[in-house]
Amino acid sequence: MASEPQGGLTEYIQHHLHHNTVSLGDGAFMKIHVDSILVAFLLGAVFCLWFWLKARKATSGVPSKGQAFVELIVEFVDTQVKDTFHGDRRTVTPLALSIFMWVTFLNAMDLLPLDAPSWTVKTAAGAEVAHHTFFRWVPTADINTTVGLALAVFFIVLGHGVKAKGGLGFGKELMTAPFHASNPVVVAILVPFNFLLNVVEYLSKPVSLAMRLFGNMYGGELVFMLIAGLFAGWISFLPGVLFNTAWAIFHILIILLQAFIFMMLTIVYIATAREHH
Amino acid sequence: MDINLTFLGQMVSFAILVWFTTKFIWPQLNHAIEERQKKVADGLAAAEKARAELKDADAKVANEIKQARQQANEIIERAQQQANQIVDKARAEAIGEANRVKANAAEEIVSMQQRAREELRGWVGRLAIQGAEKIVQREVDANAHKAMLDQLVAEI
Repeated sequence: MASEPQGGLTEYIQHHLHHNTVSLGDGAFMKIHVDSILVAFLLGAVFCLWFWLKARKATSGVPSKGQAFVELIVEFVDTQVKDTFHGDRRTVTPLALSIFMWVTFLNAMDLLPLDAPSWTVKTAAGAEVAHHTFFRWVPTADINTTVGLALAVFFIVLGHGVKAKGGLGFGKELMTAPFHASNPVVVAILVPFNFLLNVVEYLSKPVSLAMRLFGNMYGGELVFMLIAGLFAGWISFLPGVLFNTAWAIFHILIILLQAFIFMMLTIVYIATAREHH
Repeated sequence: MDINLTFLGQMVSFAILVWFTTKFIWPQLNHAIEERQKKVADGLAAAEKARAELKDADAKVANEIKQARQQANEIIERAQQQANQIVDKARAEAIGEANRVKANAAEEIVSMQQRAREELRGWVGRLAIQGAEKIVQREVDANAHKAMLDQLVAEI
């Protein structure tokens, strides 16, 4: 598809930035990205199946290598949670583990060949169908995925806040923190400011979570596409391979780092929500 | 960059994932890990205890060996004393026996001497009478001269 160097690359990139979309109704909102949902769900299922199989046969005796590896990941996550969050970890660690593994898996899709889906469709159904079929298989480079994750985390954080302080206590803290006062009149004056500040603080959390992950993965994907443009010419082919390899190796770091950051921030938000001010 | 219903779908996926992990993955794995941690801790404690016990046992064994050696020495000493006593006793008995035998022999010698002397004396008396008969040429009345003969025999 990227046969022409100039307009070809632009078209190539634009083509690869299209999601496989299904419209459920009128308007821009009533659409679903089938590729993101499908890949994310499948990878989540892979994670569940893998860990479930290991967890089912887990023994406290000498572990198999597979079990040891899984335990390594679980203990790593649990250590992070333990260091940040001081309380009942029975729901927090599984949450952190799910986030870490799922985001890692979704990010890692970036390392698979960019053109593999279109090549498959082209081989199976011809170039004409491939031209109209879109499939992006990095779900975290789709802002819907990261927003969905971040919003879920946001609600979980709110839930932890309400559970730790009670509905009234949580509402009261929204109004009276972070600016405290002993005089009731001053307290009343400070209510709107406190409330506004807290709303901004709470909303900034999911926004930053979603944007950080999306930006990193989207940017990474774009760089892959630009490098893929180098493969179009004979002279630039070898540099293209070198750049691609270098970027892929560097991207491994980003994949794990972004997953780790998403997990850590979630834990930190939960720990903060449970704190009393 | 368009936000649409996809994010709701991803939220549902995520919720399922978290539920599954909380329910089926984390408890089992955590249980296994904690159990193993406990086992390892117990094992280390047991090893430490065993080491201490070994040390105690070593000390006890050394002590016992020392006592046994002492006892053995005592027994040997006593046995030597006993042996000496037995030897002494045997020697004393042997000496006593020898003395007795010697005394018996001496007595016998003396009695044999006596008998020989008596016999000799008889012989001498008879020879003397015969000689005297020859000299006197007649029969000597043994009875008449008995007193004189006895005196003669006693003088020999």
